[in-house]
Parts: sequence; structure tokens; C-alpha cells
Amino acid sequence: MGKIKLETQTISKSFAGELIIKDININLGENELVSLLGVSGIGKSTLFNVIAGVLPPETGHVLLNGEDITGQAGKVSYMQQKDLMQPHLTVLDNVALPLFIRGVNKQKARTQALSYFADFGLEGTQKKYPIQLSGGMRQRAALLRTYLFSHEVALFDEPFSALDAITKNAMHKWYLELMGRINMSALFITHDVDEAILLSDRVYIMTGPPGMIAHEIVIDTPRPRGDQFSVSEAFIRYKRQIIKQLSS
Amino acid sequence: MKKLQNITNKLYPTALLLFLLLVWHMVTETGFVPKFMLPSPIDVIRAFINSFSELMQHAAVSLTEAFGGLAISIVLAFSIALLMDRFEALYKAVHPLLVVTQTIPTVALAPLLVLWLGYDMAPKITLVVLTCFFPMTIALLGGFKSSDTDAMNLMRAMGARKWQIYRYIKLPNALPGFFSGLKISVSYSIVGAVIAEWLGGNSGLGVYMTRVRKSYAFDKMFAVIFLIIILSLLLMKCVGLLERRAMPWRHTEEERN
Repeated sequence: MGKIKLETQTISKSFAGELIIKDININLGENELVSLLGVSGIGKSTLFNVIAGVLPPETGHVLLNGEDITGQAGKVSYMQQKDLMQPHLTVLDNVALPLFIRGVNKQKARTQALSYFADFGLEGTQKKYPIQLSGGMRQRAALLRTYLFSHEVALFDEPFSALDAITKNAMHKWYLELMGRINMSALFITHDVDEAILLSDRVYIMTGPPGMIAHEIVIDTPRPRGDQFSVSEAFIRYKRQIIKQLSS
Repeated sequence: MKKLQNITNKLYPTALLLFLLLVWHMVTETGFVPKFMLPSPIDVIRAFINSFSELMQHAAVSLTEAFGGLAISIVLAFSIALLMDRFEALYKAVHPLLVVTQTIPTVALAPLLVLWLGYDMAPKITLVVLTCFFPMTIALLGGFKSSDTDAMNLMRAMGARKWQIYRYIKLPNALPGFFSGLKISVSYSIVGAVIAEWLGGNSGLGVYMTRVRKSYAFDKMFAVIFLIIILSLLLMKCVGLLERRAMPWRHTEEERN
């Protein structure tokens, strides 16, 4: 693991007097892909909102490159299960939205966004409206929007869980291939064990309530991980271990 | 196929309309209903042509009032809706009052407005505003309030300011509702102006209507009614065209389905 990009220190948060997450300490290295795995309702999304800066934590700090960014929005990028494409904007404007918000000149923002369209497999869609795109294409566009938002660290909140199994598989493959080409450190929320093993360098396992980090597993199968990985013995071993830890 | 369907869709109402006109014509021409009580459609068309210049003069006045009132209503609707969306306390305080304003019978209010504001355009425009701002305000407010929370959170995470959230999420989300409200409001605006003119004034379609009614010129009376219908329909059509221009993304949605 290289330099640490993102770190949380003893983050806790409660809603209506009930502790949701407790003393969360996680970190994310440069160009690393780390997953946060846990059952639904364990507080993963709460933690993400805290890291994204939309929700202030009760205790603890969020550090980006060693700098305290607790409660500051706009520092790390954020992508959800819903693609949140705005129906009234073209795909190009949707993708360029983070640049618009930052106050970049519209023409410049569009040119910059368009230069990534080929890399993200979005050629020819720029003038279309989101409604005209398939679910997979919309997620690609959402990912490019996330990338333009911040190259540094991206948070993914179950980004592929709304897709059908076949599209999801294709997206995983595409995503891994893409990550080989661009530099982005990513923290993934998921409740899908297979997805976590397939995509991650490390997996944090969250149990509770209240949500706490119970285990940390390093997936040390080198990249690129071929099609065979998801049926390999190593994969099954990781899966067995994770399922056991999830239920403990 | 779609074109053919459009034609048949228009065919049914047109056929019914023609049939009704024919019945009307027969009823009056045969003397079943005496002409001084109900003029025949031909008489109405003749009256329309003969008093065309007069009608246009009065229509210009009524339309000015209607447009003036509509313009003020739009500004008012946006301001009120924005403020009510922005400040929850204001929403709670103002919303019931807004509903109450809509229960005031306009016909009863009009003579008072004339008393307070005189015989010129001011009372008419006021009445138009009172009838028109409500549908748009409610539609806009509904649009603002129903905006996707996740989308707004994402915008906030991107570091968006309040006005940027309105610009990129809330306003576009409120546009479809706004146009539905506007469609209702344009037809209200003309009727509102005409009602206000009934109860005091020197010119306008309402004044003309009262005048011809008092002289029992029912053919001219019907001609005015038809003019009001035509004007309302034209305005609604204009709003429809404007809507398509303002929301091209909905247009593609329709084409796709």
C-alpha cells in the first residue's frame, strides 16, 4: 500500500439518541480500492455521508492527505446506487455538472468533460438526455461525473446494485479495466460479498448494531484478475471467511 | 400509424362539434326556438364579422389586462413559492391564507375593487392576479418540495451553493408543474378580466358584453363568447408551444414512448 489518501479517526454518529456507528477507523491508500461490507442498515451510508461531508460526525475526524476535512463537502467525490442523472440536462451537461458547480466556464467544462467520453465508453451519447440511455450507460456517465468531481478519492455507495446481473457483471469488468487506466482511490460500500472480493484490494467488515469495523481482510490476488478469479479456489476461500465473519 | 391516430383523435371531437352546431342551426332555423331568444350560428358568424373592428378594440383592452395580470402573477408566484420553500415558518404561516384567498368569490370582490381602485385597468389587473397566481404558486411549490433529496445531497457533496441547487435541481423539477399551472392561469386570466369589466369600466370585452346584453343583441353576445373561447384556446396553445421549447427533454421522452 502506498501513501494514505483518506483516513477516518474514531468516527461516531447517532440519530435520535441511538448510536448508529461507533469508533470507525478506516484508511484508504493511493490508487487502492477498499470495500466496506456489511448487511443493510448497519450504518454504511451514514459513514459515507460523514466522509462526504454532508453529515457532521459526533466524534472523530476525516483526513484527506493528512488534512482535516471533517464536515467539509466537495472534497471527496460521491456516487450512489441511483445514477442521479438530471433528466433536464444532456448527458454531457450532467457529467460536467461538478465543474459547473465549481464555477468553471461552461464551454471549458464541456470540452474537458467530453475529452473523457471515449475513455469511459460514452462516445456519441453527449447530446442525448439520460432517459435515452440504458442503466449501464447511465452508471458509466455517473462514474465519469464522479471522476470529474474529484480525481483524488471517490466514495461509491452500492453503485451497481440496481443493475441486472448481466449488466452488473459487464460493469465490474469494465470498471476494473478502467481503474487500470485512470488513477483513482476508491472506497466502496456494498452488501454483495462477491463484488467486494472481485473489486477490492482490502475489505472492511462492518457488524453491529452499532456499526463497527469488526475485521479487515486483504485480497492479495494481483490485478488484472481474469474471468477465472471469481470461480477460483482463492475466491471461494475469501468468500467463506467473509461470510463467517459477517455472521459472527 | 401515429399520424393516422392523431387524425382520428381529432376527428371524433370535430364531428361532435359539427353535429351540435347543426342541431343548433336546425332548432333556430325551424323556429322551434324563436330567434330573439337564441340566434342561429349563421347569425352569430354574421355578427362576429360585422362587429369585428369593435370586438378587436375591446379584445385589445381585455388582453392587455389579462397579460398584465398574468405577468404580475408569474413574478408573484415565483417569489412566493421561492420564499415559502426557503423558509419553513413562512410556508406554515402563508399556505392556509393562500388557500383562503381562493375561496373568495371573485364576482363579489370585483365591485369592491372598482370602488377602491377606480374604473381603469387597476382593479381588473388586480382581479386577474388574484385568480391567476394561485395555481402557479401551488404548482411551483409542489415542484420545489418534491425535488429528489439524494440529488440535492449529491449537489451539496459537490459543494453546490443554495442558488445552484435551485438552478440545477429545484427549478427544473418545478417546470412541468409550473406549465400546467400556467395553462390553467391563462384561461382564468381572460375570464377574470371579463368579469372585472362587467362590474365597471369603459372598455373591454366585459363592458361590450354588458352593453350588447342590455340591448338584447344576443347574436353579438354569442360572438363575444366565441371570441373569448378562441382567445383562451389560442393562449393555451401558445403555452403548450412554450412548454415544448422550455423542456426539450420531455419532448424526447414522448418520442421514445
